[in-house]
Amino acid sequence: MHLEEFSEGNSFLHKADPRLKIIVFSIFSILCATAHGLKTPALFLIYSVFSIFIAHLKLRKLFSRLFIANFFIFFIWIFLPISYPGNPYIELWQIKISHEGFIYALSITIKANAIIVATITLLGTSSVNSLAHAMLHLKAPKKLVTVFFLFYRYITVIHDEYLKIKRTVYARGFVPKSNLHTYRTYAYIVGGMLIKSYEKAEEIYKAMLCRGFQGFFPLFEHFQTRKIDIIFSVLSIFIFILFWFKT
Amino acid sequence: MHISEGVLSAPVLLAGAVLSLAGLTLGLRKIKNEDIPKVAVLSSAFFVASLIHIPVGPTSAHLVLNGLVGMLLGWSAFPAIFVGLVLQALLFQFGGLTTLGINTFAMSMPAVLSYYIFRKMLKKSRNIAFIGGAFGGTSAVLIGTLFISMALIETEKSFFGVAITLFTMHLPVALIEGIITGFVVLYLKKVKPEALG
Repeated sequence: MHLEEFSEGNSFLHKADPRLKIIVFSIFSILCATAHGLKTPALFLIYSVFSIFIAHLKLRKLFSRLFIANFFIFFIWIFLPISYPGNPYIELWQIKISHEGFIYALSITIKANAIIVATITLLGTSSVNSLAHAMLHLKAPKKLVTVFFLFYRYITVIHDEYLKIKRTVYARGFVPKSNLHTYRTYAYIVGGMLIKSYEKAEEIYKAMLCRGFQGFFPLFEHFQTRKIDIIFSVLSIFIFILFWFKT
Repeated sequence: MHISEGVLSAPVLLAGAVLSLAGLTLGLRKIKNEDIPKVAVLSSAFFVASLIHIPVGPTSAHLVLNGLVGMLLGWSAFPAIFVGLVLQALLFQFGGLTTLGINTFAMSMPAVLSYYIFRKMLKKSRNIAFIGGAFGGTSAVLIGTLFISMALIETEKSFFGVAITLFTMHLPVALIEGIITGFVVLYLKKVKPEALG
């Protein structure tokens, strides 16, 4: 499974210090998510779009990702313009569309997409492991980060296990349908994966004990903060606050 | 079952974050050092399981299994589900940072409830264990969707239509989730009974 699609690259954002990127992103998403109206979210979206070009991302991949992530937003568009109690109405084939409902749905769409794009350009440009590593520096609980490291590492292992079980099941002529037999088969596949997980966990713990595990992974490598990273972060945060308060 | 960024209001997001933080703290405290690999690798298994699509009539749905997570891990369901949601937000941009709190709580709290209400049944005879598993699985999905619907309506009254539709869409999912959780419990009972304690 290749999951970190955007993490390879050589741009400024790929090389920037993950700790600073996490801080910038957190402030971005909190201020953007709590913004009202159209103007402020639009400014945040402009920042996001701008960051795509700094990060040199492949637009096609980015758009296909955006399309999938907008499923929930699409859902809101079906309901909100019709059910929002606002005047004036625009009549369209006997359906009354509230002007305010339309604005509200548009505002949500802009905010959601601004944050999705920022997630990719700011966080997606670092590998998941270096983000977890950065979280340790930002004082996240050690136990939580340790769980996250192992969790992320073993997804691939368990996924391989899943593929193996799936192959055997299909080799014996399994065809998924909407019936009890199918559900039981899937349950046994999940059960098999869980058994493997328990076994793996025991092995991992023994291996970790052999290496002197004391409840956390000590930090070995450290990040380098460049001057330009700090300038970028301070400037970005300043812009966000300006967006939020001045509009 | 995750809400996108930018939909919910600030008070709702804050409430979700505070509740999840409390659950996470409690869950992390319950994890002893020797349990760290178990919680982590089971989280990986549940993450992979959530990628499996199951046919439901003409469409398909993906597994949630938060009830099973709860019944196997108890309060540690909070960190287990949290890491999964973090990764989904990072890799697929489903959910996100500001909604992490509400999404974690909506999935983990029902999981913990399933633990307290149905876990005892899993040790009994096969029939009772199946029923306990099935109810644990179904109720966890239903209560989780209920939480999400409440968060939507609390944000904005006119989200009522969205909330009701979301809830209705999850009814068949919850049912199948129950059947599958029940069978997983039977499987574990046969192959690794000590997992059900």
